[in-house]
Amino acid sequence: MADDPGQFRSATIAVLVENEAGVLARVIGLFSGRGYNIESLTVAPVDADRRLSRITIVTSGTEMVIEQIKAQLDRLVPVHKVSDLSLAGPHLVRELALIKVVGLGDHRVEALRLADAFRARVVDATTESFVFEMTGTAEKIDAFCDLMRPIGLAEVSRTGAVAIVRGRSALTV
Amino acid sequence: MSATSPHAATQPLTMSGAEVVLRALKDQGVEVIFGYPGGAVLPIYDAIFQQNAIRHILVRHEQAAVHAAEGYARSTGKVGCVLVTSGPGATNAVTGLLDALMDSIPLVCLTGQVPTHLIGNDAFQEADTTGITRPATKHNYLVKRSEDVARVVHEAFHVARSGRPGPVVIDLPKDILINKAPYVEAPPATQPHRSYRPVTAPDMAQVRKAVALLKQAERPVIYAGGGVINSGPEASRLLGEFAHLTGFPVTNTLMGLGAFPSQDPQFLGMLGMHGTYEANLVMHGCDVMLNMGARFDDRVTGKLSHFAPNAKKIHADIDPSSINKNVKVDVPIVGDAGQILAAMIQVWKEDSQPPMREALAAWWRQIDLWRAKDCLQYVQQGKIIKPQHAVKRLYEITRESGRETYITTEVGQHQMWAAQYFGFEKPNRWMTSGGLGTMGYGLPAAMGVQIAHPDALVIDIAGEASILMNIQEMATLCQYRLPVKVFILNNEYMGMVRQWQELLHGGRYSESYSAALPDFVKLAESFHGVGLRATEESQLDDVIREMLATDRPVIADICVAKDENCFPMIPSGAAHNEMILGPGQEGGVAGVTDEGKVLV
Repeated sequence: MADDPGQFRSATIAVLVENEAGVLARVIGLFSGRGYNIESLTVAPVDADRRLSRITIVTSGTEMVIEQIKAQLDRLVPVHKVSDLSLAGPHLVRELALIKVVGLGDHRVEALRLADAFRARVVDATTESFVFEMTGTAEKIDAFCDLMRPIGLAEVSRTGAVAIVRGRSALTV
Repeated sequence: MSATSPHAATQPLTMSGAEVVLRALKDQGVEVIFGYPGGAVLPIYDAIFQQNAIRHILVRHEQAAVHAAEGYARSTGKVGCVLVTSGPGATNAVTGLLDALMDSIPLVCLTGQVPTHLIGNDAFQEADTTGITRPATKHNYLVKRSEDVARVVHEAFHVARSGRPGPVVIDLPKDILINKAPYVEAPPATQPHRSYRPVTAPDMAQVRKAVALLKQAERPVIYAGGGVINSGPEASRLLGEFAHLTGFPVTNTLMGLGAFPSQDPQFLGMLGMHGTYEANLVMHGCDVMLNMGARFDDRVTGKLSHFAPNAKKIHADIDPSSINKNVKVDVPIVGDAGQILAAMIQVWKEDSQPPMREALAAWWRQIDLWRAKDCLQYVQQGKIIKPQHAVKRLYEITRESGRETYITTEVGQHQMWAAQYFGFEKPNRWMTSGGLGTMGYGLPAAMGVQIAHPDALVIDIAGEASILMNIQEMATLCQYRLPVKVFILNNEYMGMVRQWQELLHGGRYSESYSAALPDFVKLAESFHGVGLRATEESQLDDVIREMLATDRPVIADICVAKDENCFPMIPSGAAHNEMILGPGQEGGVAGVTDEGKVLV
């Protein structure tokens, strides 16, 4: 890899795994042990009987490294499928964020106005705080947080990206 | 996951978890377990006591149990089996597990665990064994339900032996071993695993692309590795058939020695850091390279940017993650080496295009010039035994004896000399720690080989430093009357460390001198073995002959030249054509400089 002249790119990788103890540790251990980047990682069961989990990993590297990441993931015993959504065609990427803004007076008015513009919902309010819920791309959430920072951004909780390919093709086992 | 047998609910359970484990081992064909008892695995030891199908070999350290199982596995092609207790038993096994992972050796290691209700409570001899061994195994399991015991054991053997083989750990809490558990048979081979399905049959389109490239090759090379040996003896036979069909030169990796006969005129010797001059220059100069079951290890490629700069590369490997990991290749083929070789032979014969015979003849003329360099020559004169000479005489005398011979090694200079000067004509005869480079591997590995092949000649070629890392296994050898021969090249140095310090660190021999060595003759005798010693060249042959004639464990202490270096050598970070040759090999076809460096 030392001589890999390739350009860095970002990759959104969906992994279908057996929903069993230790499977997330295997995936995370693989990334830390081999020095791959994790920009975000989400995981939850996705089938009716909770035997399958879907892990969405946003990572980056040269083409050779991303190919390695996929091959290394694919050879883990509890891994069913690995799909590089970045290569699979048009796909949707969304993230959910809960954003707490604390303040009084005009700051509250401005916070609500910006939230409206970003289609963020108020899910909790007190006389001196709001919690907004918003979904969107990481860039949209970043932009919203940046605007809220001078107004009184107090706390942010984000899920990391989940993603799915557009159209009728589906990633299943 | 519910894998309970449909019969389990209707039949009364009569077997304990431990008995189910043993039954599953037996059904998986296990004949020998290498292990060491302790509190958490007492139920399994109790079950072992009450049966005769599986033999237990009591080692003296858990690391040795794993290496012994590796030696057993590598010399038979079967899955090796290990049994250790929880906590320190498991952690002591970790080095061996990683060794087996790096060298793709199929093992199943059973570890005891504290009872399920105590897991996570820092109980006595508790360790997070699945956590610790996760990056040291191909896969691991913690069994938390009695109904999973049999299924997990069967699955572990399947995972260990299929695809790219490797070690699998099954962590067994003590209550699971004591409680009654249902037995289920192994699933039929036709029933695929839910998620694990390694590819073994090659894509024929890729095979045809590879053959088309090879047909046009003017300067080809076949670079064959441990994947050929892991595929089984038939793959080695097919490698020979393909090589003879094509007339191509063949080089083997350290792991691949024996996959192609050393006596074959098309064999170039080992390649890589301490490979032969001809093998490395062929790799550097080739126009088409066929990598069959090797993984472009850094000890093989040297400087990646200068590795085989003009070659189209074909890479056949059973592990898709090995492809394009270190070296970008032109034609990848995923599959089992034996199946790929069979397909290539078929396509080669069907393809009407003739190979480049004239160019190949010119290539062989060039290779013969490189061979004429005689890069493994050494000068044995006077009384002091050259280590190369000791290995060469060992090889010649064992050949004369005509006995089936298996060689293991420790790690260091002696290992490289063994690889260079001992010839192997068949696969599964050479056991060495290649990927991890584990000092202390050879003696326990030899033990495992001797268990599998009681009548064969099993020799651990060792260094005086490495051998001390698992010397306690002399007791195991003597207990089970295993007539392993330990052939120590004793130069009173950690020789490879000393060599690097000489060449790269200004001769500052920091901590590499073997001070306060034991008297190896007396050491052997104290373990009830036989000790022999050669201090002069004139004694060497007699000591070797006496060693071979002795039907007991032997340590032969061969006192060799202390400052001998292992050549040829590609310094770390250098290219194949920047090899350092031994003293007295200046000049020749390649224009060697005074420093012994070659630039072709």
